[in-house]
Amino acid sequence: MSHWPLLSLVTFLPLVGTAFILMARGDEAVVARNARWIALWTSLIVFVLSLVLWFDFDPSTADFQFVERASWVTLGGFDFNYHMGIDGISLFFVLLTTILTFITIISAWEVIQYRVKEFMIAFLVLETFMVGVFCSLDFILFYVFFEGVLIPMFLIIGVWGGSNRIYSAFKFFLYTLLGSVLMLLAVLAVYFQTGTTDIEYALAHSELFPAYLQKWLWLAFFASFAVKVPMWPVHTWLPDAHVEAPTAGSVILAGVLLKLGGYGFIRFSLPMFPLASTYFTPLIFALSAIAVIYTSLVALAQIDMKKLIAYSSIAHMGFVTMGTFAVTSEAVQGAIIQMLSHGIVSGALFLCVGVLYDRLHTHEIARFGGLVHRMPAYAFVLMVFTLAAVGLPGTSGFIGEFLILLGTFRVNTLECTLAATALFLGPMYMLYMYRRVIFGTLTRADLRGMLDLSAREKALFVPLLIVVIWMGVYPLSFLRPIQVSVDHLVQQVAAATEAAGMRRASLP
Amino acid sequence: MPVLPPPDIAPALSEIILAAGAMALLIFGAVSGEKSTRTVSWLAIAVLIIALAVSLAQGGERHLGFYGMFVTDAFALFMKALVLIGSAVTILIGMRYNEDQGIARFEFPVLVLLATTGMMVMISANDLITLYVGLELQNLALYVVAAFNRDSTRSSEAGLKYFVLGALSSGMLLYGASLIYGFTGTTAFSEIATLVSGGTVPSAGVLIGLVFVVVGLAFKVSAVPFHMWTPDVYEGAPTPVTAFFAVAPKIAALALFIRFLVEPFGPLLGEWRQVIVFLSIASMVLGAVAAIAQENIKRLMAYSSIGHVGYALIGLATGTAAGIRGVLVYMAIYLFMTVGSWAVILCMRRNGRMLEGISDLAGLSRSQPGLALALAIFMFALSGIPPTAGFFAKLYVFLAAIDAKLAGLAVIGVVTSVVSAFYYLRVVKVMYFDEPVGAFDRPLTAELKGVLFVTAVVTLFFFILPGPIVGGADAAALALFAR
Repeated sequence: MSHWPLLSLVTFLPLVGTAFILMARGDEAVVARNARWIALWTSLIVFVLSLVLWFDFDPSTADFQFVERASWVTLGGFDFNYHMGIDGISLFFVLLTTILTFITIISAWEVIQYRVKEFMIAFLVLETFMVGVFCSLDFILFYVFFEGVLIPMFLIIGVWGGSNRIYSAFKFFLYTLLGSVLMLLAVLAVYFQTGTTDIEYALAHSELFPAYLQKWLWLAFFASFAVKVPMWPVHTWLPDAHVEAPTAGSVILAGVLLKLGGYGFIRFSLPMFPLASTYFTPLIFALSAIAVIYTSLVALAQIDMKKLIAYSSIAHMGFVTMGTFAVTSEAVQGAIIQMLSHGIVSGALFLCVGVLYDRLHTHEIARFGGLVHRMPAYAFVLMVFTLAAVGLPGTSGFIGEFLILLGTFRVNTLECTLAATALFLGPMYMLYMYRRVIFGTLTRADLRGMLDLSAREKALFVPLLIVVIWMGVYPLSFLRPIQVSVDHLVQQVAAATEAAGMRRASLP
Repeated sequence: MPVLPPPDIAPALSEIILAAGAMALLIFGAVSGEKSTRTVSWLAIAVLIIALAVSLAQGGERHLGFYGMFVTDAFALFMKALVLIGSAVTILIGMRYNEDQGIARFEFPVLVLLATTGMMVMISANDLITLYVGLELQNLALYVVAAFNRDSTRSSEAGLKYFVLGALSSGMLLYGASLIYGFTGTTAFSEIATLVSGGTVPSAGVLIGLVFVVVGLAFKVSAVPFHMWTPDVYEGAPTPVTAFFAVAPKIAALALFIRFLVEPFGPLLGEWRQVIVFLSIASMVLGAVAAIAQENIKRLMAYSSIGHVGYALIGLATGTAAGIRGVLVYMAIYLFMTVGSWAVILCMRRNGRMLEGISDLAGLSRSQPGLALALAIFMFALSGIPPTAGFFAKLYVFLAAIDAKLAGLAVIGVVTSVVSAFYYLRVVKVMYFDEPVGAFDRPLTAELKGVLFVTAVVTLFFFILPGPIVGGADAAALALFAR
């Protein structure tokens, strides 16, 4: 298999599916049925191919693998190439994208009855862009994918969203665009500093960036990634976007798009700008601590399930940014695991909300209660994911949070303590929501008629349940490929800061 | 008085073909009357294609003609190709519109040919006198086409407005040119270049003249604060004329702008850069902010074009080969995005009546998905979102700006592009998110369909093969700095 351009296949097969969907002819019902099946098969094949990536992945090296390189534009001294490759840091993000796309397409099977063809096209195009972001090793290529994501997501929120969808779609688009254009300028500055747009080269040559320049470039990248993550105080687009987006959109938004920011910090900010990263660590720690505590408290006050999960996402991503900039091997690995876990868990939670929304067309917590009497299977599924979200040992959430806290404790105990408050704030809002929705007496008439999970919905949750438990019980199968790359990254940062005579903050 | 040898007219062959073709078509039209309009239009397109072929056959080597007053080089070739394509396509997409509106007259393609001749001369100008002759030939034809729908008050008003302000700007330009002549004693670009690069500080007269000429040219490219005519003329003129205005004259004027500043006044980069930087910032900001409140799509496109001139001027402000390359790439991509957008606007006809409101596009994605998709591609491209061509246009100018240490200008550029994304997105929103208000008249003509298809494909898939445009622009920019 190694001679196949596997990464290109995983990235661009969804576009082939799109072409097939565009070719579908006939009346609306026929086209809709064909579009669903084509999208399902495409995303399944892509997922299987991405599993091949995992099996063929060599966990013993920090180098990029499955590398593909082709000349793209070589004119007038400004060359950029088609250069793809993955290492331990990006491998699982590709898998996360492919599995979530596959699942969202199933989740939308019956729910989306309106402009099905366009819906499926938007998701397949989105998949190409998202996988492309994680695989590209050329800055221009990366940026094209990174910003291209906005177009399908804008349409998904705007066309299939809720009542206030237009406001949310614009807010999402403009907020994230403003961040990423500043990164574009920084990318161009990186080009002039290194003489190439090759990411691999820039990552290995942080010494080419003088300390003062690092700070500016770091801030420009920060503007982009902080909005994506999102970090407090630029998080306000997220609750709006989530509430209005259709279920499938929310899953991808929480599951993958937020990870673009965290991935960016680990991939670019740390290795390219180690001095600036060290310099700005207190800022990140402060913002992360605020994000964790403040948004947890805000989540407590929510009356809308989707908003509550959106705020909990911000808190979880606060953990990720904290772990990333602690720059110890455990913390960065924890940050990656936490992102993967959060991708699966929050995606699953949004699907759970979607299940209720399909039946009752509301996600207001107060409208529910006592569902356990009518929907026992649903109550079980929601319980597992709620517990995973609060980090119960044995679930994926625990591994991520534990590693992050472990790694951060050595660096900054105060920060670690502040973030640890999430360990009791998280259960407070999550279990509070769970109690109000699932337990209690079944009073409302319309709730009595609620049907439990259908076979399709069960099929949706089973793979996610397996991943969550697997990651929680035997995380080594995920940590092993990540480890070498992360160790390499951490040593790189340590060496660069030491060479510059800077001391990374450690125990006070 | 010595007798001059006969001038070398070979470099101007395509201009001569255009002028002769325009005269022949004028006679043909006058003889065979109104019914020949379609034939004249097709013949005019043929003449433009022949001129393009001749230009391409002559290649990008540097040739001087008319005692050095006229120059062809790779830069001229690139810009001429854009102008000729722009003119040919606007005649093509305007034919049906003019017939429907009862203004199908054979003079329209003839006037476009004459204006194009003027633009070609502007692009090849190597002397202040050639510059002015080309500019006025273009302008006079454009004044008439602006008022082409002579029974419409709006169109006549547009023509008159354009004439008054255009004449004013020509006057300023001429005044500047005479000052330059007065203080340097020559009108030839090459001699001016030698004089100002002599190391001596040029006299204030030359600088004042330079500023006056820049002001005149800023009028022509509608850079802020000399943009006031643009929205009104764009709105008032018949739509095919507006489509024409938005593309070819802008490219030609920008070509003249570049050659004038880089060739004779290249050594004075430090003096004129601040002017261009100001024009650029003002255009970008106004283009982004003023378009937000527009309800009329033609006015929206007018402000959008002002904004795009601002981005193109970033490249000029750098004064480097990379910057000029950025401008040329920008204009080439701008040609495709803009022509495509105007082709969609020309399709906005319901029950035989032309529509211009943005709200008339409501729900287009359901009534005419193909048309909506095309306009969405153009809107995303105009706002510079990858992977569309518009992103690469901005990429190359920002690249040059960062290289030339104009990072502040680049930052303003990206921020205004986010602001302007708002109104481009609004068009997409109206088409995709709003309830349909009914389909436009069908079927679309084959010409419009063809133009839409080609421009949309180029705009969307530019990234696959950017080589030809970027490579051509690169060669053209280097030609300007070769000496």
